[in-house]
Amino acid sequence: MDRSATSPSALMGVARGNGDAVFAAIVRCAAALILLGLGGMVAVMAWGARGAFAAFGPAFIIDRAWNPVTQHFGAAAPVFGTLVTALLAIALAVPLAFGIAVWLTEIASARIAGVIGTLIQLLAAVPSIIFGMWGFAVLVPFMAHYVEPFASHTLGRMPGIGPLFRGAPYGTGFLTGGMILAVMITPFISAVMRDVFLSMPAVLKESAYGLGMTRWEVVRRIILPWSRTSVVGGIMLGLGRALGETMAITFVIGNANHIGWSLFSPGNTIASLIALEFPESAMGSLKFSSLMAAGFLLMLISLGTLVCSRLLLRTRSAGR
Amino acid sequence: MSATPCTSGRWQGNSLSDMRRRMVDRVATGLCWAATVLVLLMLFSILFVLVRNGVGGLRWITFVHVTLPPGQGGGLANAIMGSLIQTGLAVLIGAPVGLLVGIYLAEFTATDGRFINLVRFISDLLLSAPSILVGLFIYMIVVVPTGHFSGMAGALALSMLVVPVVVRTTEDMLRLVPLSMREAAIALGAPRWRVILFVCLRAARDGVATGILLALARVSGETAPLLFTSLGNMNWSVSPAAPMASLPVTIYQYAGAAYEDWTALAWTGALLITAGILMINITVRLGLGRNRK
Repeated sequence: MDRSATSPSALMGVARGNGDAVFAAIVRCAAALILLGLGGMVAVMAWGARGAFAAFGPAFIIDRAWNPVTQHFGAAAPVFGTLVTALLAIALAVPLAFGIAVWLTEIASARIAGVIGTLIQLLAAVPSIIFGMWGFAVLVPFMAHYVEPFASHTLGRMPGIGPLFRGAPYGTGFLTGGMILAVMITPFISAVMRDVFLSMPAVLKESAYGLGMTRWEVVRRIILPWSRTSVVGGIMLGLGRALGETMAITFVIGNANHIGWSLFSPGNTIASLIALEFPESAMGSLKFSSLMAAGFLLMLISLGTLVCSRLLLRTRSAGR
Repeated sequence: MSATPCTSGRWQGNSLSDMRRRMVDRVATGLCWAATVLVLLMLFSILFVLVRNGVGGLRWITFVHVTLPPGQGGGLANAIMGSLIQTGLAVLIGAPVGLLVGIYLAEFTATDGRFINLVRFISDLLLSAPSILVGLFIYMIVVVPTGHFSGMAGALALSMLVVPVVVRTTEDMLRLVPLSMREAAIALGAPRWRVILFVCLRAARDGVATGILLALARVSGETAPLLFTSLGNMNWSVSPAAPMASLPVTIYQYAGAAYEDWTALAWTGALLITAGILMINITVRLGLGRNRK
């Protein structure tokens, strides 16, 4: 074993028998670094936010104001925008992702499904800022010229849901933001769904087909009940992504501190607020601290969602 | 599995409820087709718009000239170089940590089971944590103490996104290494760390490399973590201690500007970065497909 003279443990002057102990210590340190990373993020956010929470108290969360002139800040509007756009995204993305997952696993032949599945996963690799530019160049004019005028003439006159679809057709706003997010998270959700559908024992499906069920009945009565927990986990994963998305939203949300019924009206989200206002806030100012506080809230919201998602998805990987 | 006995062929009963069931099935199938086609159209629309708006700027000067004030032409050389340096550093910092944690999660289950579950859980949370908050975090712990924005801070922010991706793939790939291989190595008298590093990791090296490449692809398009860390720089600068330009941040600044030459350059940058990322992804997926056969 002459070669061991050049091995890391020998260089460190550690006896050969201690190599394992040293190695274990190194990997344990690396693992602790991961915990330190997330713990540090939460702690640093909370520390940076202390000024805002001291000045405004818990009312910060429900205060609509964001006024640098009077030094009065509240996170109600960005929290509202974050939740509305993310929920809209989920409402639009779940049917799409489900349709794709069913198409890939039950309808298309294996070879075609491989190619199309790869293409759809490529969509997940496109950076968020590209979605933002595409949204601004394609989706915003499309919404402003076609979708929003049409919707406000038809849906906007209906009782009950009418107020959701009224307002000036700027093209930017909550609905456009939700749509961009939906396109971005669909590949993630459909990938989770596809994996779950594929992991289902084929015998279950085959026996259902054998009893004369139609394809849709197999999907609805056999596949969906069997995979419900993981499907919900996948949806929560998508929600977690949508909540923290920054660049795409910044391009299409319209960036106004606004709460309202209309889905067409411009708004903002916590992430877009931070991206736009942070460079203009002085370290130590109340605005800076308020932005950190908003970031802290985003951290709590998205981590809460992701924890739910992982707990739901864990049942699947527990057997590993 | 593609055989669908119920939608094709003759039906035994032809009652009203059977007709209804068949109709529902047809409609559902149609909607699945529609969803797939719609999302594919989005992908092609994005690629089409990128190529249409960006291909005009693919000139020599874009690659060799630095960014200039509006109206004076200029290129993206400093942004491209900055992106290469920062993503390179991010992978150099993040990949070893990710590798070690991945090894820990895959190989130490016998001794530290509970702690391993916690670490895996936290690593999965980091995988989807909002990237802008990573930027804020590094701003607070690196930029504020050092007193200035720097390329190194940007690289550190990106490396926090590299780690969870590498952890995931490394653990998955190490778990694919057959037990008999480890047993054979241990039987030959090799210490455990040598078995892990020179037998298991070596057997899994293709998959591990794939994970590192995917992490590289992921961070090279990230904008939000760089906004408050490396800031951007209009001049040529390769020093990690100074503010550094990067393609995504330059795209962000230029796309929002009202100058035509800046928006055109933003589209070119967007085309470059998307083409690079998709290329890495396709190569990796083709490579994986080949190995599986």
